[in-house]
Amino acid sequence: VIGPYLEDVLVQLGINVILALSLYFPLSAGQLSLGQGGFMAIGAYLASWLTATLGWPWPLAFAAAAAAAGLVGALVGLPALRVRGIYLVLLTMAFGEIVRVFFLNFGPTGAAQGFRGMPFVTTLPLVAVLAVAVAILAARTAASRMGARVRRHQPRRAGRRDHGHRRDAGQAGLVHRRGGGGRAGRRAVGALRAIHRAEEFGFARSVMPFTVRGGGRAADLLGIAGGGRRVDLTAGVAPVPEGVAARAVWSGDARP
Amino acid sequence: MLAQQLVNGVMLGAVYALIAIGYTLIFGVLGMLHLAHGEVFMIGAFVGLVVLTKLSGNVMLALAAAMLATGVLGLIIERIAFRPLRGAHHLAPLATTIGAGIALQETARWYFGPEQKGFPSTIALELWEMGPLRVSSVQVFILAAALVLMGAVHLFLSRTRAGRAVRATAEEPTVAGLLGVNVRAVVMLTFFVASTLAGAAGVLVGLAYNSVHPFIGVQMGIKGLVVMLLGGLGNVPGAMLGGIVLGVLEVLGVAYLASSYRDAFAFGAVVLILLARPEGLLGLRVQRRD
Repeated sequence: VIGPYLEDVLVQLGINVILALSLYFPLSAGQLSLGQGGFMAIGAYLASWLTATLGWPWPLAFAAAAAAAGLVGALVGLPALRVRGIYLVLLTMAFGEIVRVFFLNFGPTGAAQGFRGMPFVTTLPLVAVLAVAVAILAARTAASRMGARVRRHQPRRAGRRDHGHRRDAGQAGLVHRRGGGGRAGRRAVGALRAIHRAEEFGFARSVMPFTVRGGGRAADLLGIAGGGRRVDLTAGVAPVPEGVAARAVWSGDARP
Repeated sequence: MLAQQLVNGVMLGAVYALIAIGYTLIFGVLGMLHLAHGEVFMIGAFVGLVVLTKLSGNVMLALAAAMLATGVLGLIIERIAFRPLRGAHHLAPLATTIGAGIALQETARWYFGPEQKGFPSTIALELWEMGPLRVSSVQVFILAAALVLMGAVHLFLSRTRAGRAVRATAEEPTVAGLLGVNVRAVVMLTFFVASTLAGAAGVLVGLAYNSVHPFIGVQMGIKGLVVMLLGGLGNVPGAMLGGIVLGVLEVLGVAYLASSYRDAFAFGAVVLILLARPEGLLGLRVQRRD
């Protein structure tokens, strides 16, 4: 019905939607992660290795890779309990870069040549179903009591006291970083069909969701910014499922 | 061998320091990260390239033109990506500056093409042997230029009226405004100074590696953030020291450890610093604006 080019574009779009939603979780606690590309790389490489080298069936590899990325997310979340704001931005950025350099040099997954040989399973229906599922999950989390508790830990503006308890913030942060990592991992497995190069998961990847989710006044500039091949495709469409999260972050909840 | 590596490391580190000073000035005054700063650096390199290939072979002229152009670019970025967000969530400028960075990258890619461009070597290449040390005239020029610029920034901040206004605003913008400092002008001045330093660093890196490409700013920008963190956010002398430290560490890491993992060492250091000593090496002041 649709040509292979359009299908490829739509698959990329769905994957980017999932990646953008993965950012919602740390953002709902008022914290920003620039390391989602790193989580994505972990999921992508692990799933590919499980299927191509060990011959696992892909649904199993998919679940395992998402779980592993989530676990790493929780591990990164542990120090994140002590580090907030700008410092956490820098920490996650450093994490993403470390993962990138690691895969760039890691022989068993092809190092700089990239990894290939995984089966082609990332079809449009799969990506679409996953994107919708993740969107529903994000919305439900946002509506849940846990989601409300997490939002309470967003930094207040100057002059206001932070009402949250530190312990609570910690738990919530942990849970949500884990969630974010898992989402990123799932998204990563979405890239199962192609060859992976470590460079694909660099800083640009982590940064891309911002161009997707820019709400409010940021959108003006980001519209101009959509000169990139992937970015221009997603920027126009992704804000639809993204609208809720974006508005919560940049306008409503961030300024109580 | 070791001394030679140290010389190379200090040269690289001086360039890192120039970029990091820009980051740290802007963070100090606004409490916000400017993630398009690496792209400002890249534009500086390209302006230098255009001047050297099209106008004249004078390196000083190329430096001046690049600094002027990036200074103006910094003012534009401040106007578009920062000023509308005054009082907004402190993470909001991350989105706008990332967007500005992508726009600059794609503009450069569109205009100059995605491939590496050769940077003409305009300084007569001479090698001086000092015992076991071998220093090229290009290295000496880069180091001298970086040191002169850092000295100028230091004098500007410590001796001039405008520099004092910048420091006062960094300390406490509201009070500075109440005491008659024109905060908006200070912010614009800060962006101008920070961006000229990045532009100069772009030309110096072009001279050092003899090539530039539109995505040269991404890694440099991240390195600049690392250096700012090493020195402590908002700490100008710390950024100078942090630049030299990172440059030397990287060169030593490449020489004595696995070369392909050198970036991982730098970022591993970032993680350790963040967890153990978030106020930076000199630890003069902790910024708490989250």
